[in-house]
Amino acid sequence: MTDRTTLSRRWLLKGAAATGLAGQALSLVACGNTGKATATTLLNVSYDPTREFYVAYNKLFAATAESPVTVNQSHGGSGKQTTAVIEGLEADVVSLALAHDIDAIAEKGLIAADWATRLPYNSTPYYSTIVFLVRKGNPKAIKDWSDLVKPGVGVITPNPKTSGGARWNYLAAYGWALKANAGDTAKADAYIEQLYRNVPVLDTGARGSTTTFVQRGQGDVLLAWENEALLALKDSAAEGFEVVYPSWSIRAEPPVAVVDKNVEKKGTKELATAYLEGLFSDEAQKLVAEYHYRPANPEIGKGFTDKFPTLPLLSVDTDFGGWKKAHADFFAAGAAFDKLQARINK
Amino acid sequence: MKVRAPEAPKSFPALVLLAFAVLWMALVILLPLVNVLAEAFKQGVQPYLSSIVQPDALSAIRLTLLVAGIAVPLNAVFGIAAAWCFTRFDFPLKGLLLSILDLPFTISPVISGIVWVLLFGAHGWFGAFLQAHDIKIIYALPGLVIATILVTLPFVARELIPLMQDQGTDEEVAAVTLGASGWDVFFRVTLPNIKWALTYGVLLCTARAMGEFGAVSVVSGHIRGLTNTLPLHIEVLYNEYDSVGAFAAATLLAGLALVTLVLKSLLEWRFADELAAHRRH
Repeated sequence: MTDRTTLSRRWLLKGAAATGLAGQALSLVACGNTGKATATTLLNVSYDPTREFYVAYNKLFAATAESPVTVNQSHGGSGKQTTAVIEGLEADVVSLALAHDIDAIAEKGLIAADWATRLPYNSTPYYSTIVFLVRKGNPKAIKDWSDLVKPGVGVITPNPKTSGGARWNYLAAYGWALKANAGDTAKADAYIEQLYRNVPVLDTGARGSTTTFVQRGQGDVLLAWENEALLALKDSAAEGFEVVYPSWSIRAEPPVAVVDKNVEKKGTKELATAYLEGLFSDEAQKLVAEYHYRPANPEIGKGFTDKFPTLPLLSVDTDFGGWKKAHADFFAAGAAFDKLQARINK
Repeated sequence: MKVRAPEAPKSFPALVLLAFAVLWMALVILLPLVNVLAEAFKQGVQPYLSSIVQPDALSAIRLTLLVAGIAVPLNAVFGIAAAWCFTRFDFPLKGLLLSILDLPFTISPVISGIVWVLLFGAHGWFGAFLQAHDIKIIYALPGLVIATILVTLPFVARELIPLMQDQGTDEEVAAVTLGASGWDVFFRVTLPNIKWALTYGVLLCTARAMGEFGAVSVVSGHIRGLTNTLPLHIEVLYNEYDSVGAFAAATLLAGLALVTLVLKSLLEWRFADELAAHRRH
């Protein structure tokens, strides 16, 4: 009989523990629900390098908002984030690496097709460009795009199939090659293939590539967003890196949009719109520059000319016929980049 | 057959093998663990503590425990039921079902995540229905839980099946003959016989549930402070150049695993006799 009592006592203990856990679980679920039900929570689904900027901007926005507001952030490769929103991640606003990704969400009916015209500057509150980050003293003497295809130079760039930044890298390199070869596409193709032959690691996102280059010490040059390069420079001053501005680069524009279908459902339309409009305020534009992006407002930009050197910039719209065409030409399934990879892997 | 008791190695090859085993263990288990601790405390105790009490870190810990707290009991119940069915009854396609039970061991966790997106995502099979009824599964707690359940499904059942097969049905049949009811047989014969294997299975299941990365990464949505579990939180911090934070969170995860391990060892030590008795079955 004693055996039975010890057994049941043990069972009681286990039961108690289980009930406690379940109770806690229920209360947590309840908390989660009330948090989501109120209209003062926004979800900003963004790409990789904007993490730090939006932490700061969310504070600024919360301070200026009339009622308390919490902005949640989700970050990842721009293409991956696009898929998540399409598959039901309930973003109130998206701030992605390129217009094409927002277009992809718009095509699924979640965002109105005219999203780009709803906010100033083509709905692009900040822009950046593509620069080189090299190791201290620039031991491989990398000055311009032509130096990237030299034998023995390791180039770190993410995969343009998944990363927005990588697409800007690709277009900048290709655009330069076209300029340097007087529009000869065969020569530009050969250049870009040689460039990717020098790439030892293709990460899925811009931040992954930065970590590969900065923390793990792979490669001789990182093709990066200017903001990402400046941030890496600031965060790892001790290790020693240098930013190199090539002779030509590209105007990389990461736009923002309210996700209409989600805000209508959640009743957050006004708040979400105010959140994005706030990005164009003078104060936010200064914050943009502080976090190493070039402010969209040229008046604010004037105050930061020391930080952001002027260089000739290509444009997707005028040099590549817009994102739709650029995507079809270079990054769609079976397009130029896929063919290039097939040749490299042969 | 007489079992020879282990003895201290004397011959040279035995010593070399032993040294190799110890070195290998140190290299692949101890070294990374020491590295995690060293990185976490690189800037001292204060930064370590402050990165652990960050709201995002605390929410990741809560979420991880919550997900494991739901997934593990469900898998324990399932594991007992499955093991009971497999070892006490004969039915057609049993072999096939057993192989299917092992699927989560063999398929990549990423796939275990993606299948749920394909089912419950906005464009998945049930997407339209879920949206119409405003039910959120993917990118919310239920998604994390089902992904974890799938990945850790076989742990308990796989611990129980060989044991219950070994033990056979003699004791249960005897109990039934003596007039015990079904639940009596279960609670007073079956359960006491399998409790150690069950505990072990539950501990393994818990450790895996808390550490799972791939499957939950797909269904999480990566919202800081809301849907990031501890392993995902570590990735976020690492990508933000916050290596102290990342490694501090990693020590927590390693700590949870160590607690699990110590618990298991304590149980084994405390009930060594009983355990040995059951192993002899």
